[in-house]
Amino acid sequence: MQRSIVNSYELRNDFPIFRKKINGKELVYLDNASTTQKPYTVIDSITDFYSNYNSNIHRAVYQLAEEATNMYEQSREKIANFINVRPEEIIFTRNTTESINLIAHSWARTNLKKDDVIVITEIEHHSNIVPWQILCQERGTRLEYVGVDGNGFLDLEYMIELISSRKVKLVSLSHMSNVLGTIVPIERIIKIAHEHDIPVLVDGAQSVPHMPINVKNMDCDFLVFSAHKMLGPTGVGILYAKKEYLDKMTPFMGGGDMIKEVFKFHTNYNDVPYKFEAGTPNIADVVGFGAAIEYLEKIGMENIRKHEIYLTEYALESMSSLDYITLYGPRDTKYRGGVISFNIADIHPHDLATIMNDHGIAIRSGHHCAQVLMERLDVPATSRASFYIYNTKEEIDKFVNAIKEAGRIFKI
Amino acid sequence: MSDDIYREIILDHYRNPRNKGKVENADVTVHDSNPLCGDEIDIHLKVDEGVISDVKFEGKGCAISQASASMLTELVMGKDLKIVKDLKKEDILENIGLTNLGPARIKCALLSLKVLKVGMIKYYSENDPQSADQIRNESSLY
Ligand SMILES: Cc1ncc(COP(=O)(O)O)c(C=O)c1O
Repeated sequence: MQRSIVNSYELRNDFPIFRKKINGKELVYLDNASTTQKPYTVIDSITDFYSNYNSNIHRAVYQLAEEATNMYEQSREKIANFINVRPEEIIFTRNTTESINLIAHSWARTNLKKDDVIVITEIEHHSNIVPWQILCQERGTRLEYVGVDGNGFLDLEYMIELISSRKVKLVSLSHMSNVLGTIVPIERIIKIAHEHDIPVLVDGAQSVPHMPINVKNMDCDFLVFSAHKMLGPTGVGILYAKKEYLDKMTPFMGGGDMIKEVFKFHTNYNDVPYKFEAGTPNIADVVGFGAAIEYLEKIGMENIRKHEIYLTEYALESMSSLDYITLYGPRDTKYRGGVISFNIADIHPHDLATIMNDHGIAIRSGHHCAQVLMERLDVPATSRASFYIYNTKEEIDKFVNAIKEAGRIFKI
Repeated sequence: MSDDIYREIILDHYRNPRNKGKVENADVTVHDSNPLCGDEIDIHLKVDEGVISDVKFEGKGCAISQASASMLTELVMGKDLKIVKDLKKEDILENIGLTNLGPARIKCALLSLKVLKVGMIKYYSENDPQSADQIRNESSLY
């Protein structure tokens, strides 16, 4: 087994929440696919903004407003560098969900016609399903699913067959499953889609926080992700879109900031990206996200990925020694991120989560906002543990011991 | 702590639920689910002269929700339908012997009561519309 370069024991000191006790125990936080904890640098940068720079941006000429505007725009630059795109291709939203809805509203709604097809997959989060269903009801476009096998691997043959049909106008898919951790061969899919001039939207909510992403190499047309899943604050989402798409997209919301000139009965819109950022944005949290990006870059995304592979392999190995555990998802960590869904005999995931909580362990239970996938796997619910930089080998031992404890309580 | 929650009796009702299944010619059938955890309960009721002559449930979900449903059917079987309106959260928690559940898990325990209350109101709306409104108003939700 590979060793980890990330010293998670030391990193934990950067996160105030780990001083908290749950039921008298140290917090073992294993719900990182849902949201992550925040380091001091992020929390402090938000306090610093409100204490020293607070003012509205893009509007006033006094010093404070200029400083605030600079900080906001510097965050945009940091994020653009982080994924290797231009700052004007980064739009701030509230979260991944809003980013996808923005594309559905401002691009798909105006560019797709009746009977045009949007291709998604069975691993999608509800946020990459419902906006398209709404669009289909409104516009008469159609939704097609690419199926997956029991480990979440896409039926690529069917995907290629679909893509080759002339009706497909958008492929929208998750880079990594939030339930099974399965990593999709995204570059290959994008290449094939582009051969047929079909744009690809990548839901990077689970991949961008956990591995190096270089949009120039990946060549996706849209990429969406959430700050809160990568040490940043809640309330900040990212939409990257190629400039050529942004230029052709209609506004999402109308109001201040997104305009150049407003007349009584018409308006000239602002340049991108401001055209898509109506109203006062979440300035302080965008600044906080900038601090999160700096923190992640200091550790290095390659190292983060390695650390998670190390933890995932260790956890899979420890868990598979218990014969009453059913593990879902690929066994090879080459194709898998740090997410483990599982079930234990007839213990319902909710009961397991309650028992885990006795030990200070936070895991997720339920359908994980992916009911289409749950249906495909034919399980009503799973328990899910998901890792990040601050998780340790020792925490995985605690987690596996708590599983054994659940087995004892349920007399398995 | 969990040892106090998952006692023998809860596990027994979870693994060997009482009154599980369908009722032939049920007067009412009601379904509900808890979106947080996906627990699901259906309750089938047969009522004769105001008395619950048969009650069965179907469902899937956590031990607390399923054991609570099983124990609730035992509690109301053969009773006057009207007593359902007076059943409260405390009665259910006492019935299953779990008075220290956290807010998220209380919802699991109370799902079957919620379904039963809706079933009772549905029965009166269909069979005795005049008293249905009054019963609805008098019925404590939990
Ligand atoms: C794959 C995936 N897509 C989208 C989302 C939605 O993210 P948010 O709730 O931040 O909009 C999530 C988060 O759970 C996710 O895992």
